Amino acid sequence: MDLTRRKILAIGSGTFALASLTGLPAFANQTEEAIAALTGGAEIGEGVITIDAPEIAENGNTVPISVDAPGAAQVTLYADGNPLPAVATFTFGPLSASRSASTRIRLAGTQNVIAIAKMEDGTFQKAQANVKVTIGGCGG
Amino acid sequence: MATGVKPRVKVPKSAAAGDTITIKTLISHKMESGQRKDDDGNVIPRSIINRFTADFNGQNVIDVTLEPAISTNPYFQFEAVVPESGEFTFTWYDDDGDVYETTKKISVS
Amino acid sequence: MRTTFSIATALILAAGTGLAQDSNSLSIEGEPMVTEVAAPAHMENVDTIYSGWRFRSQETQALETDDFENPAMVFVDKGIDLFDKVEGSEGKACSSCHEDVADFAGLRTTLPRVEDGELVTMENLVNECRTERMGAEPWKWSGGQMTAVTALIGLQSRGMPVNVAIDGEAAPFWEKGKELYYTKVGQLQMACSNCHEDNYGVMIRADHLSQGQINGFPTYRLKNAKLNSAHGRFKGCMKNIRATPYKEGGEEFLALELYLASRGQGLSVETPSVRN
Repeated sequence: MDLTRRKILAIGSGTFALASLTGLPAFANQTEEAIAALTGGAEIGEGVITIDAPEIAENGNTVPISVDAPGAAQVTLYADGNPLPAVATFTFGPLSASRSASTRIRLAGTQNVIAIAKMEDGTFQKAQANVKVTIGGCGG
Repeated sequence: MATGVKPRVKVPKSAAAGDTITIKTLISHKMESGQRKDDDGNVIPRSIINRFTADFNGQNVIDVTLEPAISTNPYFQFEAVVPESGEFTFTWYDDDGDVYETTKKISVS
Repeated sequence: MRTTFSIATALILAAGTGLAQDSNSLSIEGEPMVTEVAAPAHMENVDTIYSGWRFRSQETQALETDDFENPAMVFVDKGIDLFDKVEGSEGKACSSCHEDVADFAGLRTTLPRVEDGELVTMENLVNECRTERMGAEPWKWSGGQMTAVTALIGLQSRGMPVNVAIDGEAAPFWEKGKELYYTKVGQLQMACSNCHEDNYGVMIRADHLSQGQINGFPTYRLKNAKLNSAHGRFKGCMKNIRATPYKEGGEEFLALELYLASRGQGLSVETPSVRN
């Protein structure tokens, strides 16, 4: 039991050190690649869509996220510090009212949550929020 | 079938034609991410809800692709316009091939 | 199109304001809860008692204010199904005898209590019905079926003040619970009081220590995304201080549950609450 715990701690701090050295969340490049694949390298605008997330999440297991993307046909969410950056893709149908949605997501640590919207005119828009994930008090 | 899967949805019972209504959905599901290991160090295989759809009288409201980063007991809130009275159909697709469906009627005046 | 968008924005803003309720006052489905009250006379070192809800972040707090947002409610729904499920040799369900679960209003506030000289709590009562009246197997103390049903039954008392008896035949059990509360155990040599009486409100790593109130159990924890029994939580605390936990449902935890409940006299039952 103790050994396992130590191992986990060692692995955890190793990842953290690497992330701090590069100054980027651990999986940021994967996220950039995923976004490039989604947009086909097209230019991404900012300022049209918004993302709402807590500045500090009490528990990374359940972090409430809302995205409001007027004029979007589809919104994809990424978490750039997760081992798998993709989070969800919302495709809005003909009976969707606002192009907005809320959900609850898992964040492996402090990182950016990024929304990329494919607009109805085929252009792309982006919004980003940084969420600090704290370590729980009792046993994490 | 994954054990103990149970959906909940919240839809207003009535609305005026063309109104924007808020819909909330939740389904009990462990959303095993495929990233965890058991005590022996073996990866616990991924088992998640991978898609969720909401339709009204056969027309789509929202279609969501879920990845393992969606929390246990997946929750969604979104908005719909209802042109007439009818029925919402909510469908969740499990990795194991199971499909969970629930419906909710709304009367539109 | 424009109108639609501005209506949508207004709705989102309204929802936002709904979430940002004053973090000092809790209303669930519009019904106000008591989350702060003068400590009962028997508490020598604390003047005011607070629900654990008061120590949580705004986002976690918001989850408890609405019965749809509260993820515990899907387990309450499962509890409703279990309540009606016929099991055991007698061909009975809970609902065969207890037609309306709402009749259990008030029960949570009085537990644990002494029955026939023994201290019993909700889990004991449920399992007694299962084994004695239904001829069914008892449920595991902190298992999913038990917590679903104790959440459902506890919910019937939501908003009512905790009011356990600590005198008369309950007194020796209460004294024992109090002794356990102040006894240092485990490798870290800590008592419940070291965190939850001496240091509540203080950060333990990145988390706020609460007073260790149990008025919201079983509670949905974001940490494990399920309902947690009070005894299960006690076990977790004991592991954290490197102690060997007592048995769930054992006499130590029953006595401790009574003592802790008595430290929350007057707080509203919040079952099923949401914590981190």
